[in-house]
Amino acid sequence: MYDRDHTYEFENIIKMSNPQLFGNTASSKPFERILLKQGAEAHVYKSAYLLPTLPCLIKARPSKTYRHTILDVRLTKHRCISEARLLNRCRLMGVPCPALYFVDDKQGEITMEWIEGPSVRDFLNSALELGVEDTNELDNTKLGKLMEDIGRIIAKLHNIEVVHGDLTTSNLMLRKLEQETADECEALPEYDVVLIDFGLGQVSASDEDKAVDLYVLERAFLSTHPKASALFRRIIESYTDNSVSPAVVLRRLQEVRLRGRKKSMIG
Amino acid sequence: MTIAIGLEGSANKLGVGIIRHTPSKPAEILSNIRHTFISPPGEGFLPKDTAIHHRSWVVKLVKQALKESGVKVEDVDCICYTKGPGMGAPLQSVAVAARTLALLWDKPLVGVNHCVGHIEMGREITGADNPVVLYVSGGNTQVIAYAEQRYRIFGEALDIAIGNCLDRFARTLNISNDPAPGYNIEQMAKKGKHLIDIPYTVKGMDCSFSGILGFIDMYAGEMLSGVEKRDAETGELITPEDLCFSLQETAFAMLVEITERAMAHVGSTQVLIVGGVGCNERLQEMMGIMARERGGSVYATDERFCIDNGIMIAHAGLLAYSTGFTTPIDESTCTQRFRTDEPLIKWRN
Repeated sequence: MYDRDHTYEFENIIKMSNPQLFGNTASSKPFERILLKQGAEAHVYKSAYLLPTLPCLIKARPSKTYRHTILDVRLTKHRCISEARLLNRCRLMGVPCPALYFVDDKQGEITMEWIEGPSVRDFLNSALELGVEDTNELDNTKLGKLMEDIGRIIAKLHNIEVVHGDLTTSNLMLRKLEQETADECEALPEYDVVLIDFGLGQVSASDEDKAVDLYVLERAFLSTHPKASALFRRIIESYTDNSVSPAVVLRRLQEVRLRGRKKSMIG
Repeated sequence: MTIAIGLEGSANKLGVGIIRHTPSKPAEILSNIRHTFISPPGEGFLPKDTAIHHRSWVVKLVKQALKESGVKVEDVDCICYTKGPGMGAPLQSVAVAARTLALLWDKPLVGVNHCVGHIEMGREITGADNPVVLYVSGGNTQVIAYAEQRYRIFGEALDIAIGNCLDRFARTLNISNDPAPGYNIEQMAKKGKHLIDIPYTVKGMDCSFSGILGFIDMYAGEMLSGVEKRDAETGELITPEDLCFSLQETAFAMLVEITERAMAHVGSTQVLIVGGVGCNERLQEMMGIMARERGGSVYATDERFCIDNGIMIAHAGLLAYSTGFTTPIDESTCTQRFRTDEPLIKWRN
């Protein structure tokens, strides 16, 4: 999957068998890229992969001219490969995340599955506006089930010793399922929770890192959704049920909450 | 029109500054003098010796500052001093001096957060309105942005400060501490050309320097004991200058990266560098390239304001004083731990 030549080979085979897929010229003209987001480190584009009908997301890490070329090449390559490895590890172990299509470590680009659908952040904002905030009835609602799903997925992620590093509600996506069986009263569609953006992730067995993941998510909940503390409790309950070592992580979470993410230090 | 005298002595510099604020005019620096305790090569400055230095120089410096400025004691509105953060013994010496002056002249005291002093002075001098601030010195490494009456810390070094890392490496190489170890490393780095692989430790908006120091200390130690190190590509010998160059390139790239992340996060294009390491021209250059690519610019000051000084304490103290803030004499303590986000910044919207 990481082997560039191998992927080219695959592209060539497709090209030979279906030249019309690649437009009127036989040469594989790259599909148009639409810039979605320009972060500090990466540019994120929407494009298509192999077929014009297969949307994809391209995460590119442009070179930084402020730093030494050798250092720049080293960092870009390392980060690209490490993010791809995390995605692959999650995918293999059953944590829902975008599928890897193509990794170009020389250019520092990852092409991955396009995840359609709102982020949990946008979804919650509109859901809470619609008045689903009666959190006492969480047990029966789909919102409650959504929280359970999120908790289970984070537990699964931590069980395979991956920490996300930037676990905000913006980095949790809701992918609509094919067969929409929308509930009439609440009009919440059937969904899948998908984790995205592993740019700050790492393989780690440390309780501290896992607790910080939960803390970051809690802060995201409390700051964007003031009424959502009951929702977050549901995530923790579900995390507890599904994690292999919930007690130590949750104890650490208490400590992290007390001191904030930052340690108090001189200066 | 108000006049303040500021005393700073949180580390090895003793500074006295006198500033005048006139409404709707830039602040006037009437005097800004400093005396630095310089330890011999291979040694750092110990709290006890530094405190002795401050105690023996503070009277002389205050007298000289008053003379230079031409300000009469009765025109001074308040005495500002560094409350923290910093080294305990030097802080205490200067706090005692400030209390003495306040009682002697019957003036109110204003305790100032050292970091806020740096930020406010940087803003005043450069005219940067609402920048993301990179505060880099011997004791601090923080990325700061203003929000709702606090200077909030977005990222920081999780262990030792960048300046501490540079200073201690200077000790390993036995580089002179005069005028400052970081300055001498910068001069050596200009002659370096081979980049060696050094750990790069950025985590989100935070970073860490202790592993880097451990690595390069070990590397230098092997070199100094006679092991030949060669560049992987050219086969040329690695020199101490190359080590200084590599350390700067790697550590500063980390600082620029966390600053850029904070800028993207808060949506700002201005960046202000303050603190002693902020004098480093290579750091300023790298930050400038990054800021330009984001359509913004970098603001930096020279050694008069970057390196610890009395004028910044006078300036930040006078800003607080103008909002009615004073420190009663029985609360005029100092503290080694004083976070940048603790003081209420009442003078900004």
